[in-house]
Amino acid sequence: MTAPRALRIVGKSVPRKDGLAKVTGLAAYIDDLTYPGLLYGTTIRSTIPCGEIASIHLDFDTTGFTIVDVRDIPGRNVVALIDDDQPCLVEREVRHYAEPILLLAHEDRERLLEARAKTRIEYRPATPVFDPERSPKVFKRLAIDKGSLDEGFALADVVVEGEYRVPHQEQLYIEPNGMLAIPAENGVTVHGSLQCPYYVQRALRVVLGLPAHRVRVVQVETGGGFGGKEEYPSMLACHAALLALKARRPVKMVYDRIEDLEATTKRHPGVIRHRTGVTRDGRLAAMDIDVLLDGGAYATLSAVVLSRGVLHATGPYRCDHVRVRGRVVMTHTPPNGAFRGFGAPQTQFAVEVQMDRIAETLGLDPVTLRERNALRAGDTTATGQRLGRDTSALRVLREAVRRTDFRRRRRALAGTNRGLGLSLFFHGAGFTGAGEVKLASKATLELVERGVRVRVASAEIGQGSRTVHAQIVAETLGLPYDAVEIAQADTDQVPDSGPTVASRTAMVVGGLLQRCAAEMKTRLAGLTPRQYLKAHGPLSVTKEYRKPPEIEWDEEAYRGDAYGTYGWACDVAEVELDPDTCEVRPVRVTAVAELGRVLHPVMARGQIEGGTLQAVGYALVEQVVMRDGRMANAQLANYLIPTTRDTPAIDVVLLERPYRHGPFGAKGVGELPMDGPAPAIANALRHLGFDVREIPATPERLMELTRKGKGL
Amino acid sequence: MRFTLNGKVVNVRAHPMKRLLDVLREDCHLTGTKEGCGEGECGACTVLVNGAAVTSCLVPVGQVRGARVTTIEGLKRHRALQEAFVSEGGAQCGICTPGMIMTASTLGPSPSLDEIRSALAGNLCRCTGYGGIYRAVQRAGKKKHGGRL
Repeated sequence: MTAPRALRIVGKSVPRKDGLAKVTGLAAYIDDLTYPGLLYGTTIRSTIPCGEIASIHLDFDTTGFTIVDVRDIPGRNVVALIDDDQPCLVEREVRHYAEPILLLAHEDRERLLEARAKTRIEYRPATPVFDPERSPKVFKRLAIDKGSLDEGFALADVVVEGEYRVPHQEQLYIEPNGMLAIPAENGVTVHGSLQCPYYVQRALRVVLGLPAHRVRVVQVETGGGFGGKEEYPSMLACHAALLALKARRPVKMVYDRIEDLEATTKRHPGVIRHRTGVTRDGRLAAMDIDVLLDGGAYATLSAVVLSRGVLHATGPYRCDHVRVRGRVVMTHTPPNGAFRGFGAPQTQFAVEVQMDRIAETLGLDPVTLRERNALRAGDTTATGQRLGRDTSALRVLREAVRRTDFRRRRRALAGTNRGLGLSLFFHGAGFTGAGEVKLASKATLELVERGVRVRVASAEIGQGSRTVHAQIVAETLGLPYDAVEIAQADTDQVPDSGPTVASRTAMVVGGLLQRCAAEMKTRLAGLTPRQYLKAHGPLSVTKEYRKPPEIEWDEEAYRGDAYGTYGWACDVAEVELDPDTCEVRPVRVTAVAELGRVLHPVMARGQIEGGTLQAVGYALVEQVVMRDGRMANAQLANYLIPTTRDTPAIDVVLLERPYRHGPFGAKGVGELPMDGPAPAIANALRHLGFDVREIPATPERLMELTRKGKGL
Repeated sequence: MRFTLNGKVVNVRAHPMKRLLDVLREDCHLTGTKEGCGEGECGACTVLVNGAAVTSCLVPVGQVRGARVTTIEGLKRHRALQEAFVSEGGAQCGICTPGMIMTASTLGPSPSLDEIRSALAGNLCRCTGYGGIYRAVQRAGKKKHGGRL
């Protein structure tokens, strides 16, 4: 490989574009915006999980209130996404608790709260289904087949079976969902906390029956998303817009924490079953995997979450004979949806715990088993994707083992109240399969006096998209970082660069911007922006996604290149058990990740640390208690997330192996760190003697295991 | 209701039970103080009352009569801390940042990691995993106090 030319800006931790505004309190989030004549909006929601509305009673003086129900929807009553099965407002049939039925707006919030309390809805309840195993409706089935299971199991000396359970998880962005809609001439403008401006625009067009140019969506500073603001904002934007259009006044709707927890999407719970055939020397001969995800009441993004789930279900391992069966089903609970990792944390939890159980069965250590089976360049995945040179499973494994002195440390901890476990995992970057081709994303670069302006629909949600996009453009154009400005993600101002999801913003949208910048550099032909504008007039360059020719995906057969590339990582977790209370303290997580090229070391590290801690929460403390289809602990006082006091030391090791189609070699990073910590922690507890197959590994659950004689 | 806000005496007409958070944001138009949970768990609404960090969503404005209230907009003498939050990755989405910085500003010189973790235990961050925040507070302390960490 030739040495890359020295980079000035890419790979340096330049100041984030939004840093100063955020540390001084000047950054304006949705709840910070106000307009003359503003009304506040609220949502009346179902209080049963399943049934029909019998009657609605407004036991308050409705003077001064704007009231919207299903009859006020001028277009179609659906939140347009994939299956268009979710109504914007309930007409008759209630499918889950907290389903929106009526919308109220008033200028006085106290009056609004009183009115909400005095709105009575009577129902004809029906029998709900909460157990996904008994669901009457399958939203989506997927199948992956490679080789022949019969042949594979015939080669196996040992068969290991296991069932693994993963729970709901709340994204818990610190800023709840919020939208502000302003009636405009023949249309509407909606400002909001969101990840996908064009998803919201499409949903508004369908509900309002308006053409695109009458619906403007503007992303304002967004206080975290993690997938939780991928699809849900479409619903809330429609509600705010319906109220605003009826009232002919601006309407703001900001959820309080309880409403946000009760009504909005969570990570899909799942049951994953493994039957694995292995040879005595530890080669995976056959993998038979069944994935069941609970989609909740409506399809939303479930089909795609399942897709990513099954595509990661084998973990980063080679095996010639694989069968994966996946299904995502309906239950009478609020719809589950996008959450960082998007199905992969669920399935990789299962496979990584299964791997440690296989190692145990064979009397091998967990590292050796993984070394024997880790995917290498030239291997094929379960879908038959032949992996390229940027396949780093072994590299991250060996680096993590070396850094932590894993084998020796594990022996040293034997018999103490500390355990050590690891997980090896991967995460496909960008949309699944042919998704990027279908999206056909565009990015625009515009010449301005001071330099250039980036016009993309990518939402800055804290991940640093503005900053890395500016780095890529500045580096390519040979301009200073400060000469690049980023336009607000406003559908009137930016092309559709696709949603801000799937670890695609740096890699895919960044790649488009790199191409824009390269062409602009040629067009400038050595002139400064000011000189060019004076001599030739305005200049802007737009590029559309171009599929690398070698990527082939067959959606029907579910064969081929599931993703353009993968990030690879290995986590080592050390935990300490309180033998009296069974409380687990995560002591240290070492996260070794290969990201292609690190565009901004401080922010890349921040992504890994943040994702790791979110996954430590998933493993140990975060528990959505569902009671009769309702989240019973919808408060931050009892849905716990890790605080500074619950946080392990997190050692981050960033490795690079440039991806040929990523900007400067970059792959996606956002989701990868979510996949590994839960199984690493479960395996550390296994090292302590607990047969953990379900998370969160709460003290109560560990005590159960102790009583069953599997623990200490 | 008279109190001192960011060094200036203000007189606010508000119900004494109105949350200080709402008075700051709506009556005083200082929106740097954020609401994350409304129940004192997340710390996003942290301000200083007579120098102590409090969650303003739990404080009725009647309780700050005559007190000194400081918000992120009025934070002086902590530029190094704010700059360090930018350079060390202490701020990502930014919604917890004002509260986090307000709490961090109450720490003494050159706090230990353990002191930082204890002080910030009431401020939740979902983006950073807290590492960038620890490094920011430590760096600011180091800058201000000649390299002792």
